[in-house]
Amino acid sequence: MRTNTRNFYLIPYLLWIALFVITPIVLVVYYSFFDVEGNVTLSNYEKFFTPVYLRMTLSSFWYAFLITAFSLLVAYPAAYLLTRTKHKQLWLLLIILPSWINLLLKAYAFLGLFGTYGLVNGVLKFVGIGTQQILFTDFSFIFVSVYIFIPFMILPIFNSLEEMNPSLVFAARDLGASPWTAFRRVIFPLTLNGVKSGCQAVFIPALSLFMITRLIAGNRVITLGTAIEQHFLVTQDWGMGATIAVFLIIAMVVIMLLTGSRKRGLQNNETRKIA
Amino acid sequence: MKPAKLPNLYLIVVFIILYAPIFYLIFYSFNSGGAMRNFEGFTWEWYEEVFADTRLLIIVLNTFVIALLSSAISVIFGIAGALAIHYVRRRQPKNALLSLNNVLIVSPDVIIGASFLILFTIIGIKLGFVSVLLSHIAFSVPIVVIMVLPKLQEMSPTLIDAARDLGASSWHVLTRVIIPFIKPGIFAGFFMALTYSLDDFAVTFFVTGNGFSTLSVEIYSRARQGIALSINALSTLIFLFTILLVIGYYFINQRNNRTSARARAEGRR
Repeated sequence: MRTNTRNFYLIPYLLWIALFVITPIVLVVYYSFFDVEGNVTLSNYEKFFTPVYLRMTLSSFWYAFLITAFSLLVAYPAAYLLTRTKHKQLWLLLIILPSWINLLLKAYAFLGLFGTYGLVNGVLKFVGIGTQQILFTDFSFIFVSVYIFIPFMILPIFNSLEEMNPSLVFAARDLGASPWTAFRRVIFPLTLNGVKSGCQAVFIPALSLFMITRLIAGNRVITLGTAIEQHFLVTQDWGMGATIAVFLIIAMVVIMLLTGSRKRGLQNNETRKIA
Repeated sequence: MKPAKLPNLYLIVVFIILYAPIFYLIFYSFNSGGAMRNFEGFTWEWYEEVFADTRLLIIVLNTFVIALLSSAISVIFGIAGALAIHYVRRRQPKNALLSLNNVLIVSPDVIIGASFLILFTIIGIKLGFVSVLLSHIAFSVPIVVIMVLPKLQEMSPTLIDAARDLGASSWHVLTRVIIPFIKPGIFAGFFMALTYSLDDFAVTFFVTGNGFSTLSVEIYSRARQGIALSINALSTLIFLFTILLVIGYYFINQRNNRTSARARAEGRR
């Protein structure tokens, strides 16, 4: 009896998995073996290993690394201070709230803020530095990306800080550890899991950003995501786009293995999709 | 430890930076000057422009139809998926199913978009409403599964046994026992799917054809042409709507936690 019901529920679900999880991945790999004319070839892979593409991949990883590092630098103290506030759930909600607002709108806001006559340049002029070109620079790209990813970094770190037993810190301090030593030897190692899942939640989307590179960085920054979009939608070279996608998938799997996500479930779910 | 001034200052700066762009947008949506600089005077002009723009209103309608339809359909598939995973007893296939479920949650949108574009082209589905709807359903299903599954695990199997002993058919067990129990999870999943769908840009951007557009895609193409204060006005409206959604989600979550706490308390008794 139970066997029958079980099979019944599996049918639609397995159909979904087959059609929208397995087939797309297989198709991406399959397409990576075709060139523009539709011949079966390995030329896409050869092309990927030429200096042009390797440099692009490297710079994409470098930007993603910078974005992750800066997010961590800003987010860790913020998460730590959040756990010390009185109404922490409310504060946390306030931190998360901007991440619910459409990504496009936030990027668009920065077009105004960073523009030649925008608020930031107004302030710069006021303090006597004078108007600067902010939009379409590496700085603006990294700043806006960090801005967008900060909530996703704060959330897992906040959760792991909350899980930590505070008496461990008191014990360390009682035994003569300085605040810095207590942080380095006790707090940070205990919250490493949160840091890892935060980095995972930032690094993978940062590799595949493409909307921000166009709007904010003005095509100066080419990430793997931008390259894929370019090949699929602009030059129509699906084979090459699929090849880059294959490498992006490989990078993603490696990062997931490195940051080891033993804890799955709702926490991951808060990692909302961005790109 | 005494609360020092400096740490609070840090938090306040983080908050200001997080909210500054949003309020900057809203502030200039009332600017009669026509640009995101030099506030000249208060005006409703841009809001009137938004409401007079039929094309834009149709796009807003499209976005909501896609969001509501895709969340509703993905809820059905998601419940089936959660039940399927729940009923698999052996560890290995269960973990395999869970991993496959999470693939679409963790993969970058560009990959999802590109691979779905290939998929729809091969199957021969015309890019437009159907392709966007299908892809939104596809990436919402795992979210619903993840929200419903913990509720199923919370449910005591004796409930089902009792229902069966009393003569309920499989269908009755599902509709009268299981669904009412996991209802909070279903609502949370529906809400999550709704916000994902409303928020999505990258996947839609890939699979939308020429004649069809959603709000995110439209804002992108307008923003690429430069600044127009009607986008600001539209942003303000979306911002208000988002806050309403968040508040709604927050209350559903609260109720969710309360019922599960109650269930746990009753279980202990």
